[in-house]
Amino acid sequence: MKTRHLLLLALMAASGLLTGCVNVQPWERGNLADPTMSASNPLGGMMSEHMWFSREAASGGQGVGGGGCGCN
Amino acid sequence: MNTSYNKTKIKLIATASALFLGAFLAVAAPLKVGDAFPDLTQSGLEGTVPDIHGRVVLVDFFASWCHPCQESFPVMQELYQKYADKGLVIIAINLDKNKADMDDFLKSHPATFVILRDASNKLVSQVKIPTMPSSFLLDRDGKVHAFHRGFKGDETRKQYTEEIEALLK
Repeated sequence: MKTRHLLLLALMAASGLLTGCVNVQPWERGNLADPTMSASNPLGGMMSEHMWFSREAASGGQGVGGGGCGCN
Repeated sequence: MNTSYNKTKIKLIATASALFLGAFLAVAAPLKVGDAFPDLTQSGLEGTVPDIHGRVVLVDFFASWCHPCQESFPVMQELYQKYADKGLVIIAINLDKNKADMDDFLKSHPATFVILRDASNKLVSQVKIPTMPSSFLLDRDGKVHAFHRGFKGDETRKQYTEEIEALLK
């Protein structure tokens, strides 16, 4: 019975200590705040917008001109 | 037999849970209003820590990558110029990983108040700020009089002014 209790305690301790989760503290977010980490950085945003409006035959709403022919 | 086993089990689970909760709270507890602010001279800060004994102090945590921090600097500079003679000390503590980033920031956001650097993150880990920027206004006894989470432009500026004036009276 004692072994069982010890095992239970060890399992509880392990569940608390052996997690792979890490909290990124507010003062450690310098890399995440870098403009290159943004989903809408100028170059990447323009390219993904071009692909999107070409594929969907739709444009506008994000300041991008042109039609949906995929040729521009 | 069965009841005794159940009681022991409940006791064990309760003890383990209390231990976990205690450990969590001990690690995660941020500084509250009324708490004594940690001794800046014992926090491994880079730069010259001024004598703040008996002074009203605004301690601000900032980084170059934090946009509201950029907005807060001109306001802090204005407050410093207005209230330094009356006993206000402003200490901005930088949390950039690279010192060069801080230097660039200070070139574009000049300040005459005290700038220190918590490169080891020792102090910030102690006070556990929830967001960037965060600032603590300390009374003349070195206790936290007010805590500011973030910088919200004129709203924060107004709060700073009211609180500083009340403490400097």
